[in-house]
Amino acid sequence: MNENKFDTLEINCKKPILSVKNLKKTFGKNVVLKDISTDIYKGEKIVIVGASGSGKSTFLRCLNCLEDPNGGQIIFDDVDIADPKVNINVHRQNMGMVFQQFNLFNNKTVLENIMLSPYTIYKKKAKKEGKKPKEFKEECRQNALALLRRIGLEDKANAYPSTLSGGQKQRVAIVRALAMNPKVMLFDEPTSALDPEMVGEVLNLIKEVADEGMTMVIVTHEMGFAREVATRVIFMDDGVIAEEGTPSEVFDNPQNPRTKQFLNAVL
Amino acid sequence: MSDIIKSFTRAFIVQDRWMLYLEGLGNTVIIASVAVLIGLVIGVLFAMINYLKKKTGKLKFLSALVNIYITVVRGTPVVLQLMILYFVVFATWDNGIMIGAITFGINSSAYVAEIVRAGFESVDDGQREAGRSLGLSTWQTMWHIIIPQAIKNSLPPLFNEFITLIKETAIVGYVGIIDLGKVPGMIQSRTFEYLPPLIISAAIYLGLVMLLTFALRKMEKALAKSDRNGGGKQ
Ligand SMILES: Nc1ncnc2c1ncn2[C@@H]1O[C@H](COP(=O)(O)OP(=O)(O)OP(=O)(O)O)[C@@H](O)[C@H]1O
Ligand SMILES: [Mg+2]
Repeated sequence: MNENKFDTLEINCKKPILSVKNLKKTFGKNVVLKDISTDIYKGEKIVIVGASGSGKSTFLRCLNCLEDPNGGQIIFDDVDIADPKVNINVHRQNMGMVFQQFNLFNNKTVLENIMLSPYTIYKKKAKKEGKKPKEFKEECRQNALALLRRIGLEDKANAYPSTLSGGQKQRVAIVRALAMNPKVMLFDEPTSALDPEMVGEVLNLIKEVADEGMTMVIVTHEMGFAREVATRVIFMDDGVIAEEGTPSEVFDNPQNPRTKQFLNAVL
Repeated sequence: MSDIIKSFTRAFIVQDRWMLYLEGLGNTVIIASVAVLIGLVIGVLFAMINYLKKKTGKLKFLSALVNIYITVVRGTPVVLQLMILYFVVFATWDNGIMIGAITFGINSSAYVAEIVRAGFESVDDGQREAGRSLGLSTWQTMWHIIIPQAIKNSLPPLFNEFITLIKETAIVGYVGIIDLGKVPGMIQSRTFEYLPPLIISAAIYLGLVMLLTFALRKMEKALAKSDRNGGGKQ
């Protein structure tokens, strides 16, 4: 008990890796996010659940500014990335994102999908450090191959995405994001577009990455998975955080009637 | 029968007249190829400006200019565009072939811009979002991911545009440029026979178009294949 308390204390004393302050987002007259605030600490696995249309995707997409917030701050690496003046590209390099529809680059092979951003983004820096472009490209290639080996898809290196199964596509998408060595990974319903028999392989990979200590924010409808990996569950309702806590707090003993209603509907 | 052969001989062989067709063909090919290049570069650039405006809300002013350009170029006859460039804009330049190529390049660019714009719009938004989420800049995402897919999506209508362009260049004869369409007139003024040179010229156009259609279909097939090539050829 004491030890646990100490752990929590230590976590809370540290600066959050990502801090959301009074985030607001509207689409026209539709107010989708109403004043959301939360701090995300290193190593946390945050699972966001909530009804369709409650703003889960919008919230996640605001975290890396794929949607421009209409108000509030998102502090990442001590910088408010919601500020339109910051160079968002630099910060996105440290935030991986995995989409429901995989979004592998159709015109690139599996290997090229993984190599493209590390190579394109860091080749100038590598040159400054005295590496020849060819050497650096080979380095990126080896790194990409190692990632493919990790997910057992080395033999698909030169295949195009259209030839992969959904589960394979999503696993490639996950390692493509990992290739940038992000500090945070964002997942938007990573298994919702998959045939049921492929959900397991993708969830297993996400769990593996979670166990390695990656900080994660995951939107999912997989409640069993949420319970298993989450260190914190956020229940979103109508653009606000209606309830948050550990999985057992939120799932077994929900306080907010809306949470109860939602859980009754999905469980 | 032998009269017909004699007419065609006069229209093609006598006094090495075939060399005129060859010269005309050469000029037609030069005008069309340069025009295709100009049309592609300007057209893709303009389509991209419109696409970026739509997706990011930036480049509003440029995009408005592009739309005016497209409207004007598509809304006026190419013969008039040719005369304006030949007799006014480049009045002091005596390279008629290049003026013809530039005219058709500009004309074609407006059509290419519309074709490629549709190509851009058919690229799934997720492609752009994935690129940006990895930290690639707008331009890096365009160059590596969006433009190749947009052009690929546009290839069939682009091929049609190029083939139409080759035939349309025949109007450069209006300003005295010797292309394949102009040659029959020159030969008629010597032989006073109308049909044979017209048929020969038409046959060469037809051959050119068929050859190109064949090559482009081949290319299309090869490109379609690159999408489907399975794994395991490590
Ligand atoms: N680009 C957009 N333009 C206009 N409205 C949008 C846009 N994206 C989302 N919305 C609206 O914002 C609200 C929240 O959508 P969001 O996708 O964030 O919900 P969600 O919680 O992710 O739902 P789901 O579980 O169905 O994915 C919805 O009413 C939706 O219609
Ligand atoms: Mg969603």
